[in-house]
Amino acid sequence: MWGFLKRPVVVTADINLSLVALTGMGLLSRLWRLTYPRAVVFDEVYYGQYISFYMKQIFFLDDSGPPFGHMVLALGGYLGGFDGNFLWNRIGAEYSSNVPVWSLRLLPALAGALSVPMAYQIVLELHFSHCAAMGAALLMLIENALITQSRLMLLESVLIFFNLLAVLSYLKFFNCQKHSPFSLSWWFWLTLTGVACSCAVGIKYMGVFTYVLVLGVAAVHAWHLLGDQTLSNVCVFCHLLARAVALLVIPVVLYLLFFYVHLILVFRSGPHDQIMSSAFQASLEGGLARITQGQPLEVAFGSQVTLRNVFGKPVPCWLHSHQDTYPMIYENGRGSSHQQQVTCYPFKDVNNWWIVKDPRRHQLVVSSPPRPVRHGDMVQLVHGMTTRSLNTHDVAAPLSPHSQEVSCYIDYNISMPAQNLWRLEIVNRGSDTDVWKTILSEVRFVHVNTSAVLKLSGAHLPDWGYRQLEIVGEKLSRGYHGSTVWNVEEHRYGASQEQRERERELHSPAQVDVSRNLSFMARFSELQWRMLALRSDDSEHKYSSSPLEWVTLDTNIAYWLHPRTSAQIHLLGNIVIWVSGSLALAIYALLSLWYLLRRRRNVHDLPQDAWLRWVLAGALCAGGWAVNYLPFFLMEKTLFLYHYLPALTFQILLLPVVLQHISDHLCRSQLQRSIFSALVVAWYSSACHVSNTLRPLTYGDKSLSPHELKALRWKDSWDILIRKH
Amino acid sequence: MPPATGGGLAESELRPRRGRCGPQAARAAGRDVAAEAVARSPKRPAWGSRRFEAVGWWALLALVTLLSFATRFHRLDEPPHICWDETHFGKMGSYYINRTFFFDVHPPLGKMLIGLAGYLSGYDGTFLFQKPGDKYEHHSYMGMRGFCAFLGSWLVPFAYLTVLDLSKSLSAALLTAALLTFDTGCLTLSQYILLDPILMFFIMAAMLSMVKYNSCADRPFSAPWWFWLSLTGVSLAGALGVKFVGLFIILQVGLNTIADLWYLFGDLSLSLVTVGKHLTARVLCLIVLPLALYTATFAVHFMVLSKSGPGDGFFSSAFQARLSGNNLHNASIPEHLAYGSVITVKNLRMAIGYLHSHRHLYPEGIGARQQQVTTYLHKDYNNLWIIKKHNTNSDPLDPSFPVEFVRHGDIIRLEHKECPLKKIWRWEQKETSRNLHSHYHEAPMTRKHYQVTGYGINGTGDSNDFWRIEVVNRKFGNRIKVLRSRIRFIHLVTGCVLGSSGKVLPKWGWEQLEVTCTPYLKETLNSIWNVEDHINPKLPNISLDVLQPSFPEILLESHMVMIRGNSGLKPKDNEFTSKPWHWPINYQGLRFSGVNDTDFRVYLLGNPVVWWLNLLSIALYLLSGSIIAVAMQRGARLPAEVAGLSQVLLRGGGQVLLGWTLHYFPFFLMGRVLYFHHYFPAMLFSSMLTGILWDTLLRLCAWGLASWPLARGIHVAGILSLLLGTAYSFYLFHPLAYGMVGPLAQDPQSPMAGLRWLDSWDF
Repeated sequence: MWGFLKRPVVVTADINLSLVALTGMGLLSRLWRLTYPRAVVFDEVYYGQYISFYMKQIFFLDDSGPPFGHMVLALGGYLGGFDGNFLWNRIGAEYSSNVPVWSLRLLPALAGALSVPMAYQIVLELHFSHCAAMGAALLMLIENALITQSRLMLLESVLIFFNLLAVLSYLKFFNCQKHSPFSLSWWFWLTLTGVACSCAVGIKYMGVFTYVLVLGVAAVHAWHLLGDQTLSNVCVFCHLLARAVALLVIPVVLYLLFFYVHLILVFRSGPHDQIMSSAFQASLEGGLARITQGQPLEVAFGSQVTLRNVFGKPVPCWLHSHQDTYPMIYENGRGSSHQQQVTCYPFKDVNNWWIVKDPRRHQLVVSSPPRPVRHGDMVQLVHGMTTRSLNTHDVAAPLSPHSQEVSCYIDYNISMPAQNLWRLEIVNRGSDTDVWKTILSEVRFVHVNTSAVLKLSGAHLPDWGYRQLEIVGEKLSRGYHGSTVWNVEEHRYGASQEQRERERELHSPAQVDVSRNLSFMARFSELQWRMLALRSDDSEHKYSSSPLEWVTLDTNIAYWLHPRTSAQIHLLGNIVIWVSGSLALAIYALLSLWYLLRRRRNVHDLPQDAWLRWVLAGALCAGGWAVNYLPFFLMEKTLFLYHYLPALTFQILLLPVVLQHISDHLCRSQLQRSIFSALVVAWYSSACHVSNTLRPLTYGDKSLSPHELKALRWKDSWDILIRKH
Repeated sequence: MPPATGGGLAESELRPRRGRCGPQAARAAGRDVAAEAVARSPKRPAWGSRRFEAVGWWALLALVTLLSFATRFHRLDEPPHICWDETHFGKMGSYYINRTFFFDVHPPLGKMLIGLAGYLSGYDGTFLFQKPGDKYEHHSYMGMRGFCAFLGSWLVPFAYLTVLDLSKSLSAALLTAALLTFDTGCLTLSQYILLDPILMFFIMAAMLSMVKYNSCADRPFSAPWWFWLSLTGVSLAGALGVKFVGLFIILQVGLNTIADLWYLFGDLSLSLVTVGKHLTARVLCLIVLPLALYTATFAVHFMVLSKSGPGDGFFSSAFQARLSGNNLHNASIPEHLAYGSVITVKNLRMAIGYLHSHRHLYPEGIGARQQQVTTYLHKDYNNLWIIKKHNTNSDPLDPSFPVEFVRHGDIIRLEHKECPLKKIWRWEQKETSRNLHSHYHEAPMTRKHYQVTGYGINGTGDSNDFWRIEVVNRKFGNRIKVLRSRIRFIHLVTGCVLGSSGKVLPKWGWEQLEVTCTPYLKETLNSIWNVEDHINPKLPNISLDVLQPSFPEILLESHMVMIRGNSGLKPKDNEFTSKPWHWPINYQGLRFSGVNDTDFRVYLLGNPVVWWLNLLSIALYLLSGSIIAVAMQRGARLPAEVAGLSQVLLRGGGQVLLGWTLHYFPFFLMGRVLYFHHYFPAMLFSSMLTGILWDTLLRLCAWGLASWPLARGIHVAGILSLLLGTAYSFYLFHPLAYGMVGPLAQDPQSPMAGLRWLDSWDF
């Protein structure tokens, strides 16, 4: 206890100065003049709007990735005291003084800077030499594309940071495993692996690729552990359990946590509300809740309701009708019933109100006590403003001739009787006697005479239908589909039997009474589902590219151009590194194949430990490249060069590994080794030179003359902006 | 890992399929039964029992085959009208008989075989196959249906033999055969004129011959070894020739072959030369032979279909020149473009058509109010354009001027030729000829592109009418060749490229396709064109025959068109589509025929008992397989019998599970429209897995309870109850396949009442 009295207190610190130097250089390269340019650069225009939403705590929906990435950027804004007041409308717009540009760009830049020393450590943990590790870090340091991407308010550098962190901590954990399992550092690195993986997934879905890689490598190692018969069964079980918790449970919990925090942060209603279900909107402050608060829960005969289509594609809309009738003859010569149009209308309108009527009675008001409508009941739907009832019959719909036309019935006395009885089916019912509930119940209307189902076809009517959406009766309805399902959004008990009074009633806003709380899991699953299902349609972009162009750097992206001079920022890689990275990968693959074949014939070229090192380095680096690159060939979304950057970092890690291997095992004499080293140094200086030449395009700090710009256009496919005077 | 570490067990595991060939395998397979028989009557002489065994074995196979044929051919002629996709494949069969060219997204072999079957059975190709429900009347359709049913019937014996070879157990094979025979889905799918029975026939044939050749591995280069190896190759060609789904079985055979070669390569007792021989044999039989056969089917396809037909428009101009009846056939036109030539310009993307313009103007509010430029799929006078120099309006056809060819990179003007063909040479009548023109106005549909119009009077416009003509890849030298050169038109002022977005214009544009000038210079087929018709009296005509594409070019083009066609089959929003996860749970069937209660209804749906058993078996297999694998990895010592059984489970079962995986999971990645029947190849594998799994599990059970007196009975009773259960469920559900009349299943009076176990089934 009093030991410090007897012995002096000694603190010994091992400081790896090269690591410190690397970190310093990384910080310098990424943070230098961070606020320049003080204008919106490329995708900052996209992420910026979400930061503003966070600052104002307004709900939004973005399909590009889980919320953690946006939250990281928003944290920067929060630290800088950003109030969210900036119109993110075009690239190149000057930031106003209230935008803390430095702190907004700080976190991605820090992540980018820290990737440099991490590359050093990863190569070291793979048991390659200090020299190789330095090489990897120096390559990361001078890679122009990584610098550009880190210095802006973008997410790739953060993603790369977590990818590398996951790999690094797994390696640290794996190296602990050999001598001190279940020690404190063992637990620390294992947990950090799981945390880093889930953070990577939380930044962008692309993070899943690295997660899968780490899981795969961990599974193989666990399988070897199973085969280790020196361990007891209990011990093996504990090992497996620890891995399962750290690599499966923790990431899932963290992922949910991101959404939990996200939903707590953005609780106000905003412009993206309409995409969500009514129940979700009701849970947002000032959203649907403002209207629906206090409305009766159970729909009764005589209720006045608005009916929203659950599928909501192409746009969310409400069942609607208006005075106009279907044209007698359509453009293509087919005839219609000439009855009143029924459409789906994407805006709130008094014509969206319908009255649920009991077919056996005449009154349009709710009796007291109210008689609730149940699953299987027969109902008529009477349009509030015109008092005509919803009808369908064996007439082809205007745009979907295989379905029936839906109209509001007008009796023309032409022996075409009204067919306005509908059977109510509650899709998400608990039992067959369930009551139809506002917002919560999803219902289908099945026509009694023809068993057609009321459906949103998704087509826009021509001008005679005011470009509203077509509603049809679907005869061949197979299974559940959102376009045939409706829910009540606004609801009140009708009180006026007289038409004039009722119109006044319909025009007045609905006032009513229940607040609705959706559980977190329900909100999470809905939000996640919508994010995955949202598809942006316009897929053409000037700078989009295909994965094949990435490997050879056949494409670039112009990020920003100075409004007056020709200073400009491009996402453009260091071509020497890209090409040699791809070469190293090819060499790695060929050498591995050669070794494998030779080993199969019992010729062991490498000592066992060198072979294992070679395999592990390949599995993580070449594997990391493959999982982060190859899946893009299967994707149909618009792709950009920056999607390749995570794969590129793994390629950069592989490069010194291959170089050291060649020098250690393939160079036979000291002379050869010296020559090889000299070549490597020459190659690295050329990479430095290229990096320096491209520097004006990376930092955008120098205005080059058209002549100099032309000289930088090394490939015809590079799009470098040259001003015409 | 050095080979020694695996120990003796691993060595023996590595050669699981090294059994025996042909009849020997048969005898070996019957051994359990024989051993049982011998145990019961030890006095019987050994040779007699062996003969009895062989007879029994053949009898069982015959029984299985017979039952399969009987179920497939029963009521084959009903219903006597077109069911479901018969309307496509029957029609395509007729095209072969009539020799008219058509386009389909699948390779030709399946439809060719259907056509051949129809031809041989006396069908004359006159039935129109217009829509499902049309009566066949006097037309002979039984030949085509019979052919499909014949191939479909072979699935059961094939599966039986495969499982027998993998598990060496008659009961497993019988169970598999019963599952497939009594599956209403397989039955329905085999009874109509469809590609699926043909496809599944080849898939199963490939699987069977692969398994057979694996078990011949102890006698490499023997006659049966060669036989099965080359039969595998032939079946692979067949599978790929019917549908591209055949790629999955190719993948499976490929993986198996790689594993096999890897094993041989590690066998140090074999010299490298021997390994090289093995490799060459496999390359010959599994790559060269299938490719040759596959190419041959296309050669036959193009040879048979020599007349112009409904498929012409999908193909390039050069391709069309091959088809008799097409206006490019035997035509002769000048080869190189020259100034003054009258041409039509066709977009290279299929189903876009020719560059077109007409008198009508773009409506108010949509860009500039100038003459519309569109693309149009049909041949029309308004597709004609004249190539002129950008700076002179003089008549280049004036005989005093020398002929000047258009070259790559020239700056030209395209003047629209509006007068009818007979007036073409009377230049004084060109009153309204406008120039192809573009400017900074947004295009009518694609807002990011520029509008393309017709502008100017009598060829006098402004600098926005100038286009640079460029040949893609500049392969053909400086001049521009008719049909063969792929050209782009680059607008001089804005730098954009002439292209068609493929979007249909509204009524004001006569529902023709939009033409735009895209500022994105990426090379896409939408912005590449070729010259099709070419009229220039000053140039000598050459026959188009010299331009005819060679066979490899045709092959390549038809594949490109097929692939694009396949990926073009996109589901529309708001449409009910079948999802891959629906399939194994038998969530929803397909209506083959009939809707209402008065119709004769056939509904493609798997026998739910079989399908749900299959589903359960996959889960059970994964569970038991991983338990055994972990136990072995932990070094547990298994008794000999259990070790043998677990080998069957891991090796044989693994082989089949791989097949299921390969035939099922890729569908999750496909963007095209999917249907329920896509699952059936995977279902075959899944049924084989069920057979192997239950037999092995019951045997393991019997072994575990060996102390119990009735232990032996467990296996027999288990298998028997599974067989009977399947047969009974078939009795219940057979109307799905053989046809139902009367009220729908919701109605208690219906024969199917009470059998609609899921709401999503609508029969």
